[in-house]
Amino acid sequence: MIRPCLILMLFFTVLTGVVYPVVVTVAAQTVFPDQANGSLIRDRGVIIGSQLIAQPAGDANWFQPRPSAVNWNAAASGASNLAPVAAPQREAWAESAKKLRASGVTGTLPADLVTASGSGLDPDLSPAGALAQVARIATARHLPEATVRALVERSVRPPQLGVLGAARVNVLELNRALTTLAGGGG
Amino acid sequence: MSDLIQFALFLVLLLAVAVPLGWWCRGLMDGTWKIPGESWLFRLAGVDPGIGYDWRRYAMALLLFNGLGLVVIMGLLLCQGFLLGNPQQFPGTSWHLAFNTAVSFITNTNWQSYGGESTLSYLSQALGLAVQNFLSAATGIAVLAALARGFIGHGRDLGNPWIDLTRITIGLLLPLSLVFSLVLVWQGVPQTWDGYPVAHPLSVGEQTIAVGPAASQIAIKQLGTNGGGFFNVNSAHPFENPTPLSNLLQCLAILAIPAGLCLAWGGLVGDARHGRALLFTMTGLLVAGLLLAWWSEIQPVAGLAAIGADPVNMEGKEVRFGVGPSVTWLVATTAASNGSVNAMHGSMQPLTTMVAMANMQIGEVVFGGVGSGLYGLLLYALVAVFVAGLMVGRTPELLGKRIESREMQLVSIALLAPSATILLGTWLAIACADGRSSLANPGASGFSEALYALSSAAGNNGSAMAGLNANTPFWNVLLAVAMLIGRYAVLVPVLALAGSLAVKPRQTAGAGTLPTHGPLFILLVSSVVVLVGALTFLPALVLGPVVAHLGGMP
Repeated sequence: MIRPCLILMLFFTVLTGVVYPVVVTVAAQTVFPDQANGSLIRDRGVIIGSQLIAQPAGDANWFQPRPSAVNWNAAASGASNLAPVAAPQREAWAESAKKLRASGVTGTLPADLVTASGSGLDPDLSPAGALAQVARIATARHLPEATVRALVERSVRPPQLGVLGAARVNVLELNRALTTLAGGGG
Repeated sequence: MSDLIQFALFLVLLLAVAVPLGWWCRGLMDGTWKIPGESWLFRLAGVDPGIGYDWRRYAMALLLFNGLGLVVIMGLLLCQGFLLGNPQQFPGTSWHLAFNTAVSFITNTNWQSYGGESTLSYLSQALGLAVQNFLSAATGIAVLAALARGFIGHGRDLGNPWIDLTRITIGLLLPLSLVFSLVLVWQGVPQTWDGYPVAHPLSVGEQTIAVGPAASQIAIKQLGTNGGGFFNVNSAHPFENPTPLSNLLQCLAILAIPAGLCLAWGGLVGDARHGRALLFTMTGLLVAGLLLAWWSEIQPVAGLAAIGADPVNMEGKEVRFGVGPSVTWLVATTAASNGSVNAMHGSMQPLTTMVAMANMQIGEVVFGGVGSGLYGLLLYALVAVFVAGLMVGRTPELLGKRIESREMQLVSIALLAPSATILLGTWLAIACADGRSSLANPGASGFSEALYALSSAAGNNGSAMAGLNANTPFWNVLLAVAMLIGRYAVLVPVLALAGSLAVKPRQTAGAGTLPTHGPLFILLVSSVVVLVGALTFLPALVLGPVVAHLGGMP
């Protein structure tokens, strides 16, 4: 019983631990090189981020991503893991609400802007979460509010295949589009 | 409404993939299909394909094989600092983390005390963890195949474990994983051996972005109901689960093979209707849990309403999924012994977490782990026919085999050992300062974290209310012991049961035999599952999620 145990373990370690991932890597790098390397976005050769990963919140000129329990650290994902009925969670929510109000968000606060995401790296906002930031950005960038609002509305991705998931806006794409907008406006 | 459409779509697709997968699994389990070149491998390994093992030798072989896996993973983790495939230069892990992680992967649990992208080298992930993702899954299916031979067999022969492991790994898990990993890459999951790129964002500073050979590992993590994430936050991470489509497919992959195995089982024991009845039993329990969890999760959150926010509980969830798919995943991952997450269970509403805990506490028999879920449900089926037999005063039988005291003793051990481990382990954790100091939330929510962790470990699930800081010597060792009991105190009695059934003659069904298909059987088995679960765990659940829901404690 010892011999089959050792030999099969060695065989499967090589097959599923080396051959399998190497075959997948070669195939992935050949067929989908962009995704396989992390959907990186480059600007004149410099990596500015990944399309799938939220970036640290900048100043008032930029759309802010969702709150992150790990400060948008893309090398150590994490969540708050606070229970919705517990006091520490209520305090954290109240804190984010205060910041949002201070930045000029009025009316009902979109839930995704108040709550921390599961990964700490959620690249998306709900359409409401992006629209709530329009007034602030228009003021900071001296742009007409309607222009920024139109940009957000153009950037909304509907649920995938019509039914899967929720409508969303990718924050990095939105911020990149914002730079072209600002450039175009002089 | 959109949530309900997605639930319906998920269920239809699940039942649709169960049919071909059932046929595929059956072909490999009953020996109709062989792997090309397998005889060469068996000769090299000294396996005589003509010789079957009795239950003791069958169990011994699996224990040896899993034990060797444990040694390999521990070795890799302790020494990863000196080995190749470590571009981020992570040092070796602590002994207790290595032990916990090794046990976690050989038992098909995949509890994460580690944070993938911040602790483990690529080599450790691929050569240690991913290998056991295949082999622990194959172990579960092999045990199911042996149990089937117990029901149809005459004599002591339960088949050859080496042949079962080989055919299942190479014939089923490997090809499915190859295809699935490329689908995942297409949707955006990375697959590279390069180190972490550094980005220069538009707004501020620098950002190091963890990547790696993730897709190949995630594919088998879902298909083998393993669940151990490449990244710390598992399938909530945008690289691990980039789109709603990847989410749907991964969620299906969790339950696909367990669903198919029900139909394969029906074929193996020569009663297709019985296999379908088991599949419907599981589906019914799944839908009940799903609706309860969904109802709980869409309740407005008082803490959000109070600050003038939309009271949808998005804490710990990702925008691309939203509430419906997050709840579907929670129910699927705890029903199966998967334990991957796409949203943080610790931030779900209290009764939602109760559904997750109940799923694990009944032993993950609603689809369950590959192989292990179905043999778990069959234990309940044995209790059901036993109780039914007592009620009408006949010797109970299942599939023509008489169920007598030895069988019921084995069933009792297999059902009670994990339950006792959960309750005693939770008591120990709450009683010790070392246990309590790891809890993140106060009061009832903190108690839930401990109860959840033990349920997850003893059920070989691996999901967590992750506020719990489990990477301490106390928790790493406690949970490792719970995982070992939860796996082997079920697996070994099941093989003994197979051995005991195998030598019995097969009776022909008479007028007084309880039919093992049809609504009565489904109702009986479901009731036994719910009753046993409720009797054992209601008091503990009341102290945790129920109190938190009622608002009695913070």
